[in-house]
Amino acid sequence: MSPVETKRKKILFISSSGGHWIEILRLRAAFVDCDAHYISTDKSYNESLSSGQFYSVRDASRWDKIGLVLQALRIFYLLIIIRPDVVISTGAAVGFFGLLFAKKMRIKTIWVDSLANVEKMSLSGLKVRPYADLWLTQWQHLATEKGPYFHGAVL
Amino acid sequence: MIFVTVGSQLPFKRLIEAMDLWAGDHKDQPIFAQIGDSDYLPKNMTFCQSMTPIEYDKRLKEATLVISHVGTGVIINALEQNKPLLLMPRLLDKKEIRNNHQLTSVDYFSTFSNITIAPNEKTLDTLLTQMLDDNRLENKPVKPTISDELITVIQKFVAA
Repeated sequence: MSPVETKRKKILFISSSGGHWIEILRLRAAFVDCDAHYISTDKSYNESLSSGQFYSVRDASRWDKIGLVLQALRIFYLLIIIRPDVVISTGAAVGFFGLLFAKKMRIKTIWVDSLANVEKMSLSGLKVRPYADLWLTQWQHLATEKGPYFHGAVL
Repeated sequence: MIFVTVGSQLPFKRLIEAMDLWAGDHKDQPIFAQIGDSDYLPKNMTFCQSMTPIEYDKRLKEATLVISHVGTGVIINALEQNKPLLLMPRLLDKKEIRNNHQLTSVDYFSTFSNITIAPNEKTLDTLLTQMLDDNRLENKPVKPTISDELITVIQKFVAA
């Protein structure tokens, strides 16, 4: 690589499995020429990605405190290893931890709350507010002047 | 091939039971069902509990119709491949999900031309039979697009 060439941005996509994951894959459209890294809770996603680096973390429900701590520690460790320029998430707990640690590490953070949350922001989406530099909902009626902001949806 | 899927998170017995009953009356229709961690095992359809993303993609490609819950994952995946969807919302009352977002997003998703919503098992049966009779399953060009504004906002933020 020649030194004149601008450095490709390192983007970390982090979300839980299922719909959150499918939605975050759609958001790749916003990052054309980048170095993509992914964190999710389903190991099998690794084989479905044609490019980029995938890391799995354990799944943990809101009530599984020990699981959540272990999950958070692994995410913290992965953030140190990956050192992304931007962290983006659609949910849920994994995304919250991803943005929380990223913000402390002065990494840019983006939260796009899942389309599934029609009536109100998700719990993690509300809690992540102080750590999200760009705090978005995919529903116009949930947007307010002070955020979350609405700029359209992934479909 | 009709592809029935309940998603990766929770079983959806009401959907699988209804589809199994329907399959019993329509033995000529090839159906494959992914049923999740369910204690109800279908008698009239071939099925599996879970599948890898690659297996899932293969089933989706083969499908002429996808029957599922109102989940954003299956909706995005199926619409990306122009597959028509027949969807029944999971209900909080029946403990099929942890909140009622599937029910409340029905109005939004029913505006998509490739999506038909069945509010309950009875309408599922009727709508499905109707869809097959009317030959309503020809692909319609409705590839979903991500909002340009959303892309621009994110790109500007990342570049700043």
